[in-house]
Amino acid sequence: MRSLILKEIDELIFGSLGIIIFIAFFIGGVVTIQTALNLNSPFLPKSLIGFATRQSVILEFAPTFTSIIMAGKVGSYITSSIGTMRVTEQIDALEVMGVNSLNYLVFPKIIAMLMYPFAVAIAMYVGILGGWVAAVFGGYAPSGEFIKGLQLDFDSFHVTYSFIKTLVFAFVIATVPSYHGFYMKGGALEVGKASTTAFVWTSVVIIILNYTLTQLMLG
Amino acid sequence: MIEVENIHKSFGDTHVLKGISTTFEDGKTNLVIGQSGSGKTVFLKCLLGLFEPEEGQICYNGRFYSELSNSERRNLRQEMGMVFQGSALFDSMTVEGNVMFPLGMFTKQSKAEMQERVDFVLERVNLIDAHKKFPSEISGGMKKRVAIARAIVMNPKYLFCDEPNSGLDPKTAILIDNLIQEITKEYNITTIINTHDMNSVMEIGEKIIFLKDGHKEWEGTNKEIFKTDNEAVTNFVYSSELFKKVRQMYIEERN
Repeated sequence: MRSLILKEIDELIFGSLGIIIFIAFFIGGVVTIQTALNLNSPFLPKSLIGFATRQSVILEFAPTFTSIIMAGKVGSYITSSIGTMRVTEQIDALEVMGVNSLNYLVFPKIIAMLMYPFAVAIAMYVGILGGWVAAVFGGYAPSGEFIKGLQLDFDSFHVTYSFIKTLVFAFVIATVPSYHGFYMKGGALEVGKASTTAFVWTSVVIIILNYTLTQLMLG
Repeated sequence: MIEVENIHKSFGDTHVLKGISTTFEDGKTNLVIGQSGSGKTVFLKCLLGLFEPEEGQICYNGRFYSELSNSERRNLRQEMGMVFQGSALFDSMTVEGNVMFPLGMFTKQSKAEMQERVDFVLERVNLIDAHKKFPSEISGGMKKRVAIARAIVMNPKYLFCDEPNSGLDPKTAILIDNLIQEITKEYNITTIINTHDMNSVMEIGEKIIFLKDGHKEWEGTNKEIFKTDNEAVTNFVYSSELFKKVRQMYIEERN
């Protein structure tokens, strides 16, 4: 079981770091540019650009946006891999051997996804870095002002809230696609359909839970 | 020995198995034949415990399946080997990994002991140079042999095969049939094979059950099946032109 969990961590988390870093960097940059372009008043300090970037990335973009991307990347991988095992009778083969197939296939994925908050922490860091690069090299704010904004009125509970949200999303990303793969019926075409359905439902559940958790924890 | 007593199985309004009773003895290759849709696969899945019949009993050497607890059922399944129609090998594992999988899951053997056992069964099914290959890199006949090796690696008491030679050329199909029969005799296994291949019936059919529309239409041996007067069996057996000609010759010779 330990080797299975390590394999899943490698495939689900480390295999996704590249896309997570790429998206986080550019989203951070875009948030910074858009914030800067909307702060036209000379009475507003440039440090607000850093403040807005930090809040947007930590509270929403890193946990939620990344989770929607992961629902597509990891979710479709989970559904299609388990679904293919279903249609090629590999799950029946496990059952016939006396293996608890649900436990064997899904449990390691749930445990592996406990590492997901680390990926989101990286997304937070890289997102803010992207914002700093866009602000400084785009000429929207000097480095000192941007960093001052990052440190302004920092509430550590926002990071806690973000990680709690991420853990809940991780569970959703591991289980909803697994359900769609495990209980699918049909052939190769249905595997593709199940992957699409799994992505849609995972996204819907993430969006609803995002609203609910925000209302409960910050509202 | 597996004793089947009046089993019924339905899916919604469709009554698939309608009261099948029979006995499968140790050390014999038992064949279940019938047209597509006759209930062969459902019957096999009931024997494997993947489907539970609504009525009737299945008894494995004195153990009634319906009376077993979940853990006892899992233990019983470890005494079963199954060769699936599409082989059902794990794509992400090598041939060696596939065969070693049950040993790793259910035994406390050391790596060296498992390797020794894997080498032995792969040699037994005449696969010597394929240890490190993935299922996608080997032929259909080799996949079937790997599936047989995986099925026998735990020394099963019961071996189930769902159309083991479908999609294979006649020569390879005969090799697979003979291999299954040899293993059945060698380890005194109760083997049950689902097939509609008449070559298999002739080669290894020590006991044959003919299913039609979910009930047992006929039961006998490969010697008896060509002499039966049962019309449904005769229509099935002699459905191919080759067998029609063989029968014609037989009748002419007899007259």
